Amino acid sequence: MKNFLSDKVINIKPSGIRKFFDIVSEMKDAISLGVGEPDFDTPWHIREEGIYAFERGKTFYTSNSGLKDLRNEISNYIKRTQGIDYCPDDEIIVTVGGSEAIDIALRAVANPADEVIIPQPSYVSYEPCTILAGAAPVIIELKAENEFKLTPEELLAAVTPKTKVLVLPYPNNPTGAVMGKEELEKIAKIAVEKDLLVLSDEIYSALTYETEHISIASLPGMRERTILINGFSKAYAMTGWRLGYACGPKEIIEQMTKIHQFAIMCAPTISQYAAVEALKNGDESVEQMRKSYNQRRRFLIHKFKEMGLECFEPFGAFYVFPCIKEFGMSSEEFATRLLREEKVALVPGTAFGECGEGFVRISYAYSIENLKTAIDRLENFIRRLRG
Amino acid sequence: MRDELLSILEKNSRIDFSQLAIMLGKSESDVLGEISKLENDGIICGYHTLINWEKTSIEKVTGLIEVKVTPMRGKGFDNMAERIYNYPEVKAVYLISGGYDLLVILEEKSLKEIASFVSEKLSTLDNILSTSTHFILKKYKDHGTIINKQEKDEREVITP
Repeated sequence: MKNFLSDKVINIKPSGIRKFFDIVSEMKDAISLGVGEPDFDTPWHIREEGIYAFERGKTFYTSNSGLKDLRNEISNYIKRTQGIDYCPDDEIIVTVGGSEAIDIALRAVANPADEVIIPQPSYVSYEPCTILAGAAPVIIELKAENEFKLTPEELLAAVTPKTKVLVLPYPNNPTGAVMGKEELEKIAKIAVEKDLLVLSDEIYSALTYETEHISIASLPGMRERTILINGFSKAYAMTGWRLGYACGPKEIIEQMTKIHQFAIMCAPTISQYAAVEALKNGDESVEQMRKSYNQRRRFLIHKFKEMGLECFEPFGAFYVFPCIKEFGMSSEEFATRLLREEKVALVPGTAFGECGEGFVRISYAYSIENLKTAIDRLENFIRRLRG
Repeated sequence: MRDELLSILEKNSRIDFSQLAIMLGKSESDVLGEISKLENDGIICGYHTLINWEKTSIEKVTGLIEVKVTPMRGKGFDNMAERIYNYPEVKAVYLISGGYDLLVILEEKSLKEIASFVSEKLSTLDNILSTSTHFILKKYKDHGTIINKQEKDEREVITP
């Protein structure tokens, strides 16, 4: 029998999380801090709108780019939060989660010789999606001393004549880092000078603390060279509904829609109806969840300080990314031992890129009681390691 | 801080104050000061415990009584409400818009005791025009808390 498999796919590394997942699944009383999705249920008014859509028999395909009503609401939302105008007719596409938007955006723009700059640590899909799109990933290793923000120097050093795309993943998973306006302006300036397209993954935009999210697309000269990706999973606790979107220049969205049309047809119809409700009336629910996350974030940061565990204060998403270098072991070893000895699961930083070595990701998408128990166990573990 | 403080305390009044201060990003003394101010101003009126009596051996029956009254000159409904809420077995009294005036929530050991409270105490008060009694058969949700909720984390244990 011949080898039926694609070399390109075979060469993609499986997710570093998988192995860990298997160990945790076997353990009965392990507390996991390893989850990348909200602990809240989708707010009831949104769920009810989904139920109502079922009742009305809204069980057919929508147009390829998504329900017109939903695109209108997305357009309004971006306008009122970022002040950017996107035409609902041809500059917005509704996708199956932010992750589909990442995939089709890269496939719509990548040619074989193109380089795609990916700052890491970051979400696991940018690199494989770039490879699958046939382009070449160029990794920037972000630094803890810069609070994992992308600096102009780092970007300039990575740009070559072949660079086409910069992936800009803020607020960031796994570090919780955010980029402020001035920092973005410097990046935007380089993007314009070097003629780069920015793929701005803003899936955590609604979850920033003590600061407001700013989209790079809102800066002068950036709208025409940015694909803005967002979705409903994190802000509205709607992960299982699989719904995201991309906004961008008409020419790019048109090509993305082509791929989407052939691969997916359209995003789930029921989810789209529910999402209209989310955008229309969901602000208060989001605000309540955001407040809870912020309380937990402060709690964790305080605990780390108490323990003397090095950690920069993150202002976005729902992760903290403490440094574990003092214990002289790899992130994976730290995570495995913590799991075996104290039954707390977290994700080694290396799952988000090699430069995540020496760090672990702790999610605070858990109740404060849960976090407390887990942090007590982590403290025991650390005390033992320090001897 | 006040709004956030109240919404946390409303859900969990037993929270550790130093932890509460950390969650709010304030100093412990600020939080304690604010809480005593809220208590003194009568904004925080008490710290109660939500008990599912059904799971105990103690019998409790809750009745909801709709009461129509004649308001008293110069006092409106307040006087009538006071006469009713002073009974210790009365758990709550609300002035209600619509088909009747006062809603009285009563907790007793048995249906019979509720019946006798209504017929012997409540109905005999002056100015009571009529009463209509309902018994609570099952509590599904009380004080924003779902009774008998099975807390289970449905999420995959590790996700990117």
